[in-house]
Amino acid sequence: MTELIPVFALTGFVILFGLALVFATSLLGPKTKQSKVKQLAYECGLEGEGADSTKVPVKFYLTAILFILFDIEIIFMYPWALAYKDFIATGRGLFIFSSMAVFLAIFIFGLFWEIRSKALEWE
Amino acid sequence: MGVDLFEITVNLVKMIFIFVMMVNAVPLLVWVERRGSAFIQNRYGPNRVGPLGLVQLLADAVKFIFKEEFVPGKGHRLVFYLAPVVALIPGALAFAAIPLSMPIELGEFSQIPLGLFTIDLGETYGPYRFAFQGYEIGIGIVFVLGVSSLAAYALLMAGWGSANKYSLYGALRASAQTISYELALGLSLVGILLLFNTFNFKEIVEIQSQALTFSFLGSQMTVPYLPNWGIIYQPVGAIIFFAAMFAETNRLPFDLPEAEAELVAGYHTEYGGIKMNMFYIGEYGHMLVASALMVTFYFGGYTLYPFFTPETVNQFWSETMGLTGNPVALLSSLSLHLVFMVKLVIFLWVFIHVRWTLPRFRYDQLMDLGWKTMLPWALANTILTAVVILIMRAAWS
Repeated sequence: MTELIPVFALTGFVILFGLALVFATSLLGPKTKQSKVKQLAYECGLEGEGADSTKVPVKFYLTAILFILFDIEIIFMYPWALAYKDFIATGRGLFIFSSMAVFLAIFIFGLFWEIRSKALEWE
Repeated sequence: MGVDLFEITVNLVKMIFIFVMMVNAVPLLVWVERRGSAFIQNRYGPNRVGPLGLVQLLADAVKFIFKEEFVPGKGHRLVFYLAPVVALIPGALAFAAIPLSMPIELGEFSQIPLGLFTIDLGETYGPYRFAFQGYEIGIGIVFVLGVSSLAAYALLMAGWGSANKYSLYGALRASAQTISYELALGLSLVGILLLFNTFNFKEIVEIQSQALTFSFLGSQMTVPYLPNWGIIYQPVGAIIFFAAMFAETNRLPFDLPEAEAELVAGYHTEYGGIKMNMFYIGEYGHMLVASALMVTFYFGGYTLYPFFTPETVNQFWSETMGLTGNPVALLSSLSLHLVFMVKLVIFLWVFIHVRWTLPRFRYDQLMDLGWKTMLPWALANTILTAVVILIMRAAWS
């Protein structure tokens, strides 16, 4: 836990620095009159609808779900990779390789099934 | 390890110094980018303000702060203001975790020699060990990967808070692209972990500071005069990692989030002045992190065997220059820092040169490249590395 203290300290410093920069503009910038037309979001001259009512393709949602699945599977490979040489040194190399091979077979099957089922097609 | 006021002060100053270094690198990089693009495209670039136009970026920074405040009327004010602040965090936190040189190990001292005169401190300090980085974290790789993926939040906040269609689409594209390439990025590092067996950056660099050494069918082989760099074992992994890093930084040829022909300026359409500039600090900070990681994982970090390793540099300052004690530790660490910086600058230039050389992808091409090309290749690279390590170590005998 002690090694995380500097991380929190730096995070706090960066946030303070950022907030200072953001609010420096409201102090130093020119004070001009705001009007309703001026505050419209840029929309090629039309009145903007705002982000709340914009329809969004469901494809992005699907990509995010697939990302979570695959990312967790990849994270599981990190401790395996870290212990790999130690297992070989103690003569259990084939065991650790074959156990990951089973895991990877499921991973690869999932990836190719996903590609076959056209979950990743963007038109 | 004793912790006293001197040590805490040095560590704090060092951390803030590295952050300020990152922020100050941005105007320089922008200048290099504009001049470099001008030379690539056969025009002049900024050359009026100061020598070679160097002061132009300083003038720009001052101008940015004095710009008018603007928030879109229908926007979410809090999210709109916080997005640029969040954009600063990932680059700063990740860059501080990467070792920029070897740790400075100071012995006991009671006075500071400054050329002609010395400052007497009155009491004895030390011994100290200062890491040449913001902070040392044991699981450095996991920390950097986790922190740099926070960048997606800044993009999404900017897109949502602006209440603008173009911003929202830019932010969605950016986050979908970032998470898609994070898979290939994370998987390409499994090869590095299999090789070096550690999450710690310093240990990775130490392994790479020796001559090329590997097991060949159970026996140890050493090739003199060749460094033990990751690129020699993992060329495919290095290419995948570098390409994925381009996508993570949202730079050309992967800058779909701000494809100006379709989306005006993407997620920062509504931003102006210093708030827009903060997104640039975030982007260039990410670029610095990407180059530093590339150097650390694949190109020997702050060492360059056989010329600049901790041993040779120590030997040069103590034997050839005839120094002893703390100056040797300081000077050798600084010389290795110079080696790191030269490598870093080379990769930053590659980033800039690629931006002005390659055209932009189409969005379906981009997603296909991430999911159907780079992910399978990274997977194949991982399996191949594991098989080769198993065979070379003759594990069944």
